[in-house]
Amino acid sequence: MSETTRESAPPRAVPLAELAARHGLTVSGARPSLPEYVRQLWGRRHFIVAFSRAKLMAQYGQAKLGQLWQVFTPLLNAFVYFLIFGLVLGGRAGMGNREYIPFLVTGVFVFTFTQASVLAGVKSISGNLGLVRALHFPRASLPIAFSLQQLQQLLYSMIILLVIVVGAGHYPGWTWFLILPALALQLIFNAGLAMAMARLGSNTPDLAQLMPFVLRTWMYASGVMFPLREMLEDRANAPSWVATVLEANPAAVYMDLVRYALIDSDTHNAIPATTWLWALGWAAVIGFGGFLFFWKAEEKYGRG
Amino acid sequence: MADNTPALAADDGRRPTVIAEDLHIVYRVYGAGNRGNATAALRRMVRREPSRRVREVHAVRGVSFVAYRGEAIGLIGTNGSGKSTLLRAIAGLLPAERGRVFTDGQPSLLGVNAALMNDLTGERNVILGGLAMGMTRDQIRARYADIVDFSGINDKGDFISLPMRTYSSGMQARLRFSIAAAKDHDVLMIDEALATGDKKFQRRSEARVRELREEAGTVFLVSHNNRSIRNTCDRVLWLEKGELVMDGPTDQVLKAYEEETGK
Repeated sequence: MSETTRESAPPRAVPLAELAARHGLTVSGARPSLPEYVRQLWGRRHFIVAFSRAKLMAQYGQAKLGQLWQVFTPLLNAFVYFLIFGLVLGGRAGMGNREYIPFLVTGVFVFTFTQASVLAGVKSISGNLGLVRALHFPRASLPIAFSLQQLQQLLYSMIILLVIVVGAGHYPGWTWFLILPALALQLIFNAGLAMAMARLGSNTPDLAQLMPFVLRTWMYASGVMFPLREMLEDRANAPSWVATVLEANPAAVYMDLVRYALIDSDTHNAIPATTWLWALGWAAVIGFGGFLFFWKAEEKYGRG
Repeated sequence: MADNTPALAADDGRRPTVIAEDLHIVYRVYGAGNRGNATAALRRMVRREPSRRVREVHAVRGVSFVAYRGEAIGLIGTNGSGKSTLLRAIAGLLPAERGRVFTDGQPSLLGVNAALMNDLTGERNVILGGLAMGMTRDQIRARYADIVDFSGINDKGDFISLPMRTYSSGMQARLRFSIAAAKDHDVLMIDEALATGDKKFQRRSEARVRELREEAGTVFLVSHNNRSIRNTCDRVLWLEKGELVMDGPTDQVLKAYEEETGK
């Protein structure tokens, strides 16, 4: 190997690392400390928001109806599920249309929020290697931006949802404001999960192929189109602890909270306080844990 | 590469800005073509087998050098010799397999291509590109008019409010350069193909690069154009197959390089 450093007649030759230390040079691409990382991330908040909005706009940039698809897509989605689970398969367990339609649409939209965040999160590093290899920014910006993109998508869906809910005869009440904390907690949970998946997906790109299956299983296990407990205990004769466990899963928890907030009927008029605790706990554990897990590999993103 | 003695350099009072110490960069390439279906992927992950299709490309092999403040350093070598990879590693954008790079401040690569989106208007891309480079909203607002004027996008009508995909390739390249060149840098790295656009824009961009050079502490330039290396650089690193072949004054290295490549 040709060791070619410039000086061959040394006044005082020193190892490179020592030279670096003497002049206060730091290792390029080293992982910043956690507080420093949070500070950098906060400094890039405008980029994160701009990036998420740009992604959202670019999504339907070529369509003739343009941004109207932001609203049509979730509407069509809900319609297809209603056709299959509401009319053909009969998953409504005795709920009338007045209750079932808002129940189903809320479930679909709220679950889609988490589902889409995870799917985008898995690819957020591996699908944006060009960006990661060209510019400096805390890499957590990417999974967070994708979660925010999904939040904005959800807000469009919410317009449809509120129209449907009111159309089904559930009028606005004070409980409607509970959507805000519920969705805020879900956003934190989603962002944490997206960050964790982003790290896993950057090492194992195959996860992007596998995730749709995992997510579909999760969807059926969370009672998106049918009431979970009735379905499990009455139809499948499962022991009641199975339902209890599944009801504590984050997707079911956040769906229950939004349903409770919006739907005005006997089965949705009370919610156990433990559901709020679960929502808080999931957001705190997955939100913070996912962030920590992602930060641990900050300097390694970009290879592959 | 079994060379374990650390490279030495004299501490002669000059201020080093970039120090590379026995730097190795390896790319891992996952199988091209059919990757198998989801069940196969599941099986692989459950059994913790590495994918058989992973290939390693050792792009930079044990490069060491010290760059000082005020230097303009050219990187030359044939295609695929590891020049761009080395730049990205210095910028801290590619993790090192072995070895380290020490830098003074944050080196930045001139370029924002990856952050821009073709479906967005030129206007939004200016803002997005600026934010991606770490500029604040105020800085972008202050320079917005300069960026648009410099790119010359609006010379032939109001094109900045159209999506970037409607631009000609020359216009796209001009806008990208204008956004990238809007920021000042400590250690600046420029990867060839700067000379985009028509003659008029080339002259303007060369002038802008000279300005950036004067503001930056150290400049790295990757180019296949020996004339532009000769014009701008006082020191040249010659890479071949990821190894440093020669490091020295521009004339000396370029002469050897030209003899070798038979030009």
